Amino acid sequence: METSFAWLEIFLNASFWVAAVRIATPLIFGTLGEVICERAGVLNLGIEGIMTIGAMVGWMAVYQGAGLWSGVLLAAVCGGTFGLLHAMLTVPLGLSQHVTGIGITLLATSLSSYVYRLILPEVSSPPRIQAFEPLEIPGLSSIPIIGEALFKQTPLTYFAFISVIVVAYVLYRTPVGLAVQMVGENPAAAEAQGLNVTLIRTGAVVCGSAFMAVGGAFLTMSAFNAFFFNMINGRGWICIALVVFASWRPGKALLGALLFAAFDAYQMRLQQLVGTEIPYQIFLMMPYVLSILALIVMSRRVGYPQALMIPYRKGER
Amino acid sequence: MRLEPRTKVPFVLVILAPIAAIVASFVLCAGLVAWSGASVLEAYWLLLKGALGSGFALSETFARATPLIFTGLAAAIAFKSRFWNIGAEGQLYAGALIITVLGTGMLDLHPGLMIPILVVSSAVAGALMLLGPVLLKINFGVDEVVTTLLLNFIVLLLVSLLLEGPLKDPMGLGWPQAEPVTEAAELPRLFRGLRLHSGLLLALLFSFIFWIVSIRTTLGYEMRAVGFNQKAARFAGMPVKRVMIITALISGGIAGIAGFSEVAGMKGNLTLDLSPGFGYTGIVVAMLAQLHPLGVIISASFVASIFVGADAMSRSAGVPSYIADVMVSVSLLCMLVSVLLVRFRIRWS
Amino acid sequence: MKRSEIDISEKQAAAEVVLRLRGITKVFGSLVANDDINLELKSGEVLALLGENGAGKTTLMNILFGHYVADSGSIEVFGHPIPQGSPHAAIELGIGMVHQHFTLADNLSVLDNVMLGTEPLWSLSSNRRASRIRLEKLGERFGLQVNPNVRVAELSIGERQRVEILKALYRNARILILDEPTAVLTPQETGTFFETLKKMVSGGLSLIFISHKMQEVLAISDRVVVLRDGRLVAEIKTADASETELAQAMVGRNIELPERKALKAGESVLKLKSVTVKAEDGRAALSSVSLDIRASEIVGIAGVSGNGQTAIADLISGLFEPQSGTMELHGEVVNNFTPRNMLRKKVGRIPEDRHSQGLIGDMTLAENSISECYREPQFSSYGWQNHLNRQRFAENVVSKFDVRGYSANSPVRLLSGGNMQKLILGRVLSGNPQLILANQPGRGLDVGAVAYVHEQLLAARAKGAAILLISEDLEELLQISDRIAVIHRGRLSETFPRESISIAQLGLLMTGQQKSSTTKNQTTEADAS
Repeated sequence: METSFAWLEIFLNASFWVAAVRIATPLIFGTLGEVICERAGVLNLGIEGIMTIGAMVGWMAVYQGAGLWSGVLLAAVCGGTFGLLHAMLTVPLGLSQHVTGIGITLLATSLSSYVYRLILPEVSSPPRIQAFEPLEIPGLSSIPIIGEALFKQTPLTYFAFISVIVVAYVLYRTPVGLAVQMVGENPAAAEAQGLNVTLIRTGAVVCGSAFMAVGGAFLTMSAFNAFFFNMINGRGWICIALVVFASWRPGKALLGALLFAAFDAYQMRLQQLVGTEIPYQIFLMMPYVLSILALIVMSRRVGYPQALMIPYRKGER
Repeated sequence: MRLEPRTKVPFVLVILAPIAAIVASFVLCAGLVAWSGASVLEAYWLLLKGALGSGFALSETFARATPLIFTGLAAAIAFKSRFWNIGAEGQLYAGALIITVLGTGMLDLHPGLMIPILVVSSAVAGALMLLGPVLLKINFGVDEVVTTLLLNFIVLLLVSLLLEGPLKDPMGLGWPQAEPVTEAAELPRLFRGLRLHSGLLLALLFSFIFWIVSIRTTLGYEMRAVGFNQKAARFAGMPVKRVMIITALISGGIAGIAGFSEVAGMKGNLTLDLSPGFGYTGIVVAMLAQLHPLGVIISASFVASIFVGADAMSRSAGVPSYIADVMVSVSLLCMLVSVLLVRFRIRWS
Repeated sequence: MKRSEIDISEKQAAAEVVLRLRGITKVFGSLVANDDINLELKSGEVLALLGENGAGKTTLMNILFGHYVADSGSIEVFGHPIPQGSPHAAIELGIGMVHQHFTLADNLSVLDNVMLGTEPLWSLSSNRRASRIRLEKLGERFGLQVNPNVRVAELSIGERQRVEILKALYRNARILILDEPTAVLTPQETGTFFETLKKMVSGGLSLIFISHKMQEVLAISDRVVVLRDGRLVAEIKTADASETELAQAMVGRNIELPERKALKAGESVLKLKSVTVKAEDGRAALSSVSLDIRASEIVGIAGVSGNGQTAIADLISGLFEPQSGTMELHGEVVNNFTPRNMLRKKVGRIPEDRHSQGLIGDMTLAENSISECYREPQFSSYGWQNHLNRQRFAENVVSKFDVRGYSANSPVRLLSGGNMQKLILGRVLSGNPQLILANQPGRGLDVGAVAYVHEQLLAARAKGAAILLISEDLEELLQISDRIAVIHRGRLSETFPRESISIAQLGLLMTGQQKSSTTKNQTTEADAS
């Protein structure tokens, strides 16, 4: 061990903050997407699988020659499609949201592996693509530390921040956002006003799933430039915990994701400092432990959408 | 479109439901098989042959089914009480860990004593894994899906840590794997030259025991009541919290025994890739069995044959073996729809 | 069809028909909910739809409002045919509905709840300020003021009903359907509510008022239509109608109402002494409640739901314990508040909600019949369940308590409400309880089933049981209670002998006004019914 303040000095290093924002990006997309789904009353446990297939599809599109943004779009469409499947099973049919979600995750994950292996049989090391380059925002990026962290990121990160603002605006200040909230609180009330509960819930789930898939695509098209099996590595589940932590609010979701990512970035740098004295697995465990702690802390569920996980059967009075 | 509950459910439909789901998954995955360039019918034939077409194939299939019966049973027991235990994977590894600690030389006893002790210890290890999540759920309302899931990742990292450290096999040529269990701890093979081992008998035994418990004992009655309607069960004076804890412990325990079965019967030692997702596949097995303890035996066999057959199919027809995971997850989703159609009729307005 | 603002000052012309239902029929499986119903509503009229539970009133109104599609028949509103199955179309044509179970989202504000669905779904912004102003004006006009920014969860039931009504008025309803609106109001609040109705009528609305309470129907309506078993059996001008005539039409046959014979009360069975219970949010659910119930008597607790009845019921059921005060059974202080202990002390409980508390829907009748006694030696030994004894017990309950419509292995949720209640009664009474808690025992049941329940309770009383009857139905309380107390905001009044209290007095207590010991100003005969 070197100087006793090295563990503090990590915070003074701009690269730490840059990494934190970068690590937060897929979490922002995932948590935001799940917030949309759960606000409408649907628990989407397919998130882990949707992020995986978003990662695979986006990357594969670029590998096959498409442009980066086309890849992102394709990933979003793919995610939305799985969201549609989840919605069709859980909303009009009212199947168990837990089991359906797990099924979607298993399906999307296995499809990713199958299709990838089909197109790229037995390669010794995963091929790479030309990923997104960081996009510097002139002027703002020269602010010390914060400037680098917030304004020298790749385009998808900016998109994540913008998405949070847009989703918050739509949710709280537009009629369709109110409809989504109502459908998750009291679907009978929405029905009584002539709104189509099934359509709104489905739309919300499709939209949320699209965001989740983009979060996955970020990993293969921005953070890294290749696709590995198991690369999502539980981020989807962590987002589920973060949604509770954020009390189902988009703004808090952003905060939660950043906090969590900062912790993650910190444990990685701490690991380098500590060297081989503490096994690296202990550090890798920390994010999962932290998520469980977050859940316990927020267990009193302020803001829990009252109709969450309760299927709405039209005409059941 | 409206769902109308059926007043009488013909037993035929109940049996037909999983079969329809599996057939549907074969049909839906045909396109994926064709994409790989293989002829669909030929590929499926190879799959069936590879799973059931010879003594060797059958042995492989049932050897593969063994851990799935355990994890399927664990999922069925938990899900029936609406306790979403997605952590069977971690509980399996916890059981395997304990076996490695106790069974690779620390204890030196007669097999008649050794095996029961190891079964019990692996069950305890698996059960302890669920103690945290169930207490958190009961006392703080924390959703058990995420806690059990995240614990899987934590346990796997722990296994990796231990396999690179204290549990590392000194004669393992540097690979992260543990020492093999002693002979006394081994579950004997059932047929010479084949991998099928007596873990299968253990699995069948537990299924049967649990079935009897569920329909004939007071505990089983309480478990079912709490699973169907917790509020009414509480009102009637049933010890709901205690029942939920017992359910969770049983579920975790059985998943832990799966770990024992795989290490002591199949592989011989603990490795990082001991389980290619048995815990998650167990969920599919449980749903296909409609959460029935005996049905789990049949659905585990089906699912195992898909995996074993797909391996054969990938070797002969060049279809990536991941097709098995796809088929199994498709059959899960189809099964959900099947079960719905058994209970409800769809009316188009 | 364009919606236009109502010109409220326009005087209503001669009786123009604003709503016409023709030949409406609706069948659910084997149940004929509505059978060829023809109905007309005239402009500015208050039409009452009277019928007992299960007669088909709510189904008919749900068809009108677009929640259901009728199997045959047509609907015309202001001369225009209306497409069925679309609440949106109904709202567009000026139909509004105040539902019995409020369609409000607790976590959202009053304004949010009112604004839902009033702006085009895809518009990019929302004019909350204009909506708030409009809402406040409407509230003033009809005497239905509510703070638009408050979360609905924080409103009282009466205030929530105001929001529900405002929702309809906000959407320019010209025909308003009110489904059992006074079920949750005290007699005094009901009076205020009727004033509101009058204001609405003079404001240009026509009203349909669903009820099973004859008194109110006679008080407020211009015309009464009676439904029975899905058919329209009577249509009378209220001025010409009599109570007996309506009751006959509603029920169709003479139901023998059980008689309460005077009995001498015995020893004290249940004693609550200054019991205080705090709710989850810190408010007092029960404040220093004292009560004494003796053998062979029925003590009724009246009150609008939400004033502490659930706390008393849960306390006696053993679901939680009081923060202070004591509960005594047969003179012994109760220390252990669990359902099991209460059952052991011979407390029988008929829960408020048959479906979620009383029965386990997916289990069979036999399994449900022993749910409270499954641990007894005859049913369970060394952990094994005795299926034979269980079956015998269940058959006994079924024959003694006339439970119909079941088959041995089918789940209990397929039983009708009345049969479920009989099963629960049978289960409870088979244990020969010394204290019976009956919580809303007649809710949702038809007159015949309610009479049966009352008969059983009176029989238990004759055998020496002490009975605590909690009910929102004042008529039920007055029919079978020996003594009555009123609960309001967690405080229990003194108990009054049945003979010495009237509905008006009960009503005053239900709104929290203290009853003075001198009641010279109250007329007793006219008010007591």
